[in-house]
Amino acid sequence: MSSVHIRDVRKSFGGFEVLHGVTVPIEDGEFVVLVGPSGCGKSTLLRMLAGLENITSGTISIGERVVNNVQPKERDIAMVFQNYALYPHMTVGENMGFSLKLRGASTSEINKRVQRAAEILALTPLLERYPRQLSGGQRQRVAMGRAIVRDPQVFLFDEPLSNLDAKLRVAMRTEIKELHQRLKTTTVYVTHDQIEAMTMADKIVVMHDGIVEQIGSPLDLYDKPDNQFVAGFIGSPAMNFLKGKVAVNGTASFEGPNGVKLPLKSAPANSNGQAVVYGVRPEHFTIADDGADAEIIVVEPTGSETQVYAKLGGEQVVAVFRERHQFNPGDKVKLKPDPSLVHLFDETTGKRL
Amino acid sequence: MAVIAEPVVQAPRASLLSRALENRSFLGSLFMLPAILILVLFLAYPLALGFWLGLTDTSIGGTGHYVGIANFVSLAKDSVFWLSVFNTIFYTVTASVVKFAIGLYLAVLLNERLPFKSILRAIVLLPFVVPTVLSAIAFWWIYDSQFSIISWVLIKAGLIHNYIEFLGDPWNARWSVVVANIWRGVPFVAITLLAGLQTISPSLYEAANLDGATNWQRFRYITLPMLSPIIAVVMTFSVLMTFTDFQLIYTITRGGPINATHLMATLSFQRAITGGHLGEGAAISNAMIPFLVAAILLSFFGLQRTRWQQGGRD
Repeated sequence: MSSVHIRDVRKSFGGFEVLHGVTVPIEDGEFVVLVGPSGCGKSTLLRMLAGLENITSGTISIGERVVNNVQPKERDIAMVFQNYALYPHMTVGENMGFSLKLRGASTSEINKRVQRAAEILALTPLLERYPRQLSGGQRQRVAMGRAIVRDPQVFLFDEPLSNLDAKLRVAMRTEIKELHQRLKTTTVYVTHDQIEAMTMADKIVVMHDGIVEQIGSPLDLYDKPDNQFVAGFIGSPAMNFLKGKVAVNGTASFEGPNGVKLPLKSAPANSNGQAVVYGVRPEHFTIADDGADAEIIVVEPTGSETQVYAKLGGEQVVAVFRERHQFNPGDKVKLKPDPSLVHLFDETTGKRL
Repeated sequence: MAVIAEPVVQAPRASLLSRALENRSFLGSLFMLPAILILVLFLAYPLALGFWLGLTDTSIGGTGHYVGIANFVSLAKDSVFWLSVFNTIFYTVTASVVKFAIGLYLAVLLNERLPFKSILRAIVLLPFVVPTVLSAIAFWWIYDSQFSIISWVLIKAGLIHNYIEFLGDPWNARWSVVVANIWRGVPFVAITLLAGLQTISPSLYEAANLDGATNWQRFRYITLPMLSPIIAVVMTFSVLMTFTDFQLIYTITRGGPINATHLMATLSFQRAITGGHLGEGAAISNAMIPFLVAAILLSFFGLQRTRWQQGGRD
């Protein structure tokens, strides 16, 4: 186990810079998820950490050692690939023991460690099979087994669940988290799925267009997003954004599109008339007599909750209710955001106010 | 009691042809007919005729009579025939081994990130594109006893003093035609193996890299086993094509000197067409069949999909 420090790392392909100075501290034993939309540079960063891509500038250190010029095999890391990258001509056992075999470990040592990893992952009955004979979830576990056997300083996961169906993905999510709680090996996990990030991470790194937008615990990011991008990326359904301005007239409020007025708990100092983006999560709407007028467009019940799409001040917003209202499309309702849970962002910079 | 016949409503009878065309097996046979005709006319009939000729004493211009295995008996006592068998095996084995080695090397090389990769690939394919007879004539010049460019260069460089008798000495001639065959055959092996290499997922190499494999170990544990099915196919084809080679030998040496480079195919042609003994020539051709069948069987059993390639779950 080891800490990992990524300091001001940049990456260019040809003359094109894809990572613009990324700094991520990772503590010993931490489960860190790099999350962001495709093309944000998260996979590139992971591959640089693994040594599969060069570092254009900046440093990456594992433990106390700067690994910029260290060969991948010398870095003492194990990686689980998106397509698992199992060797098709080797059995499950041979796949898992391959790295030990290359290191020249004795057969009994290899067997012992493969057996132990197989027990952890419930792979023991499958050790003699070939990857072709396994289901997606089993292959996924073999890929993890191959990583565990090596007992590395750091585990790297590159979108490991994206080839699985939805149900299995949820199950494997729990399995990986449980595995981490058991082994406590420092883990860096890349995904584009914010739910995976929220459910698994000790610490989430939100990336966008080659920069880090925010680093924090899952609930920190949810409760206090630093900017509009993080606010919109974390949470499902996504946060509603309304453009307008702050109006301070004794009490603070927000004037939205088409004159819609929404409550504010307080306004930042000297912000009267400032152009802002008003952010409210779908689950923070309530039905109240003093709410703003809205017209229901679509109602989507999921059982545990109901998603309601509505027009508010001419803009489409989505609200989520756990209680069961009798709504029909076309109904007029009064929607009220909880003022203490509302987010304000600067309209031009997108920064939190 | 009156029986009232129920009126039977009959569908209008379709014509025989349209009903036949609705029939799967009839239609299937119909579609296969052109292929069957071509196969029978150009493969089965010549093969059967060759078998038959081998059992007769047919000569050009004369009708033959059935002579049983007399042709084979006389071939068994014919030292030239046995020399051609030796030559053919020598030619096939040496050329195939070297073609495989160079082809694999080139394939691995061309699979790396190289500058001008597509141009290099095109160049590698060139020997395959040039008509065989043209390249054979080029080699004929290269090996010429008076105008050989190789001899000329070596003499100018002061390394030798006399022109080399490439095609005048039996062993020189054998090696010379083997080299020509290798030059001609390497592109097929290289390009086919390159296609095979490109089906190997790069992430396997990345995984092996992280697992601590050196370059040699990656080749030994990933590339070779993953490539083995394609190696089996390409080498079977290569062996069959080399064993039955005719054009290169016939153009460069015509089997000389003193039959040192006669392959079974060229000897068969010489006896049958040049010499007019169709029966004997056919018998020599027929004698190639056991070798070819053996090569095919070997690869058939070698090619049987190994366990890791078999799909399905148990």
